[in-house]
Amino acid sequence: MSDILTVLEQREGVVKRVSHEALAAARALADELGCEVHALVIGPPDTDVTGLGQYGADKVMTSLDEELTLYQASRYAQIAADQAMGGAYTTVILGATSLGKDLGPRIAARLGCPLTSDVTSISGVDGIVVTRPVFAGKAIYRLKITGSPSVITVRPNAVAPVAASNAGVVEEVSASDDVKPAVARTLEVRAPDNAALDVAEAAIVVAGGRGLKEAEHFKLVEGLAQALGGAVGASRAVVDAGWRPHSEQVGQTGKTVSPNLYIALGISGAIQHLAGMRTAKVIVAINKDPDAPIFKVADYGIVGDVFEVVPRLTEAIVKAREG
Amino acid sequence: MKIAVCIKRVPDTETRIKIAADGKSIDESGVKFVLNPFDEYAVEEALKLKEQSNGEVVAICLGPEAAQETLRTALAMGVDRGILLKAERLPRDPLVVARALAAELEQGGYDLALFGKLAVDDYDQAVGTIVAELLALPSVSAVTRLEITDGHATAQREVEGAVELVEFSLPAVVTAEKGLNEPRYPALRGIMLAKKKPLDIKEVELDEGGIEVLELTLPPDRKSGRIVGEGAAAVPELVEALRNEAKVF
Repeated sequence: MSDILTVLEQREGVVKRVSHEALAAARALADELGCEVHALVIGPPDTDVTGLGQYGADKVMTSLDEELTLYQASRYAQIAADQAMGGAYTTVILGATSLGKDLGPRIAARLGCPLTSDVTSISGVDGIVVTRPVFAGKAIYRLKITGSPSVITVRPNAVAPVAASNAGVVEEVSASDDVKPAVARTLEVRAPDNAALDVAEAAIVVAGGRGLKEAEHFKLVEGLAQALGGAVGASRAVVDAGWRPHSEQVGQTGKTVSPNLYIALGISGAIQHLAGMRTAKVIVAINKDPDAPIFKVADYGIVGDVFEVVPRLTEAIVKAREG
Repeated sequence: MKIAVCIKRVPDTETRIKIAADGKSIDESGVKFVLNPFDEYAVEEALKLKEQSNGEVVAICLGPEAAQETLRTALAMGVDRGILLKAERLPRDPLVVARALAAELEQGGYDLALFGKLAVDDYDQAVGTIVAELLALPSVSAVTRLEITDGHATAQREVEGAVELVEFSLPAVVTAEKGLNEPRYPALRGIMLAKKKPLDIKEVELDEGGIEVLELTLPPDRKSGRIVGEGAAAVPELVEALRNEAKVF
């Protein structure tokens, strides 16, 4: 029986939460198919690979090298494809992050196999069937993967990490030296001084829109996000107006997010915005227009002026968290 | 430089999606189709590069007959000529789409192929990168800055909370992220000129690939929420509900 290969992602030697989620998706599928989950970790020599059995890995393969500290697309793809080649694996699973969305297609191309991106569930009961949002969440596909092997990327926050007790035996694998000549090389990763939590990965997102009236007033959004330990998001209107960087944009031409809590401040709720956040577990909207479409998807709403409500809310949350 | 821009015809982002009678696709009646927004960044970047270094920009679109309009939009922006790879239906498997585009690109002798980072319909974010791999070309995806000097390039790529700086040499494939540039609007003169620019149509045969659509559905309606109150006075009740009812903190 072919097994499942999960390609994990690390940053600065620490395996990311999204990879624990990918392992959970792999574990559930493996249990349905009756096969094993193997994890592949590519990164710097000091990458911590202990305890991955507790997230569901039967075996952990490592390819660690100073040169692999940063994401080097060609080399990572080569290492992963080398492992996945040869029929030992039925499925390769990655987290649908910036890295996963770049590496997944490369592996699929090298294996000459189908790829499904950004899936929110995987089932192995009747062949491999996945669900995945399209049109940024305005519709949902149920797809049967008829090709084997296949590559699947799993949307962050869609699957919860599991507590398992698999062996997680670590085994080193060497990278093949046969790197294709046509490579691109990542020179460095620059994080801004105030390195912010990314809106696509955050468990809590506080987003602002036109109702904030001025770029400066985003301090209110930042303050509430900080009180909650969340990330800042923005509507397309304020990104297009140049108030916020596009990396914060939530919606069909921005990021699609599924946090536990999404708070929309002064966002009316255009179709393309709702598409990007409607899978949040809990949605809160604060807007002075009681007819704003955002209230149709919100679990809790306050009709009111963001300039009055948000400072009070931030204060109350700081208190609640202290208590 | 000879630059290819691969573009797609997609429903406008303001479209309210309805499911077709087959339960597996969208109902296209009344839907306005546009040039994929991310492809506009790719077209703009190609035109800017051409302005710097001369050469030719060719737009390539895999899609139905009606995608000629999408190509005309790119031509109106300033692209020199268009190629429609005509296929009535695109399969779900991005490998099949990528193979068709790679086959066309391979014949063209391009220095650079630009794509949008994703199409706002299927949201795969895969085709450009697969094409690069199939052609064994260096590629960088989701690029917000691109500099090319004498066949050598550096690109800035967005990742979670940071940017990566990548260097590579041409020929190469780059996919464009929002923020790379400000796409121009087609001017009236451009629209008039576009009508006379060459547009080749080639029939392509696509297989189904390895992904079968079982069903396309609308997302479940969110169960209706409630307005907890008006103004700042409603804050305590909201915090209470978030803490004890929704249990989010």
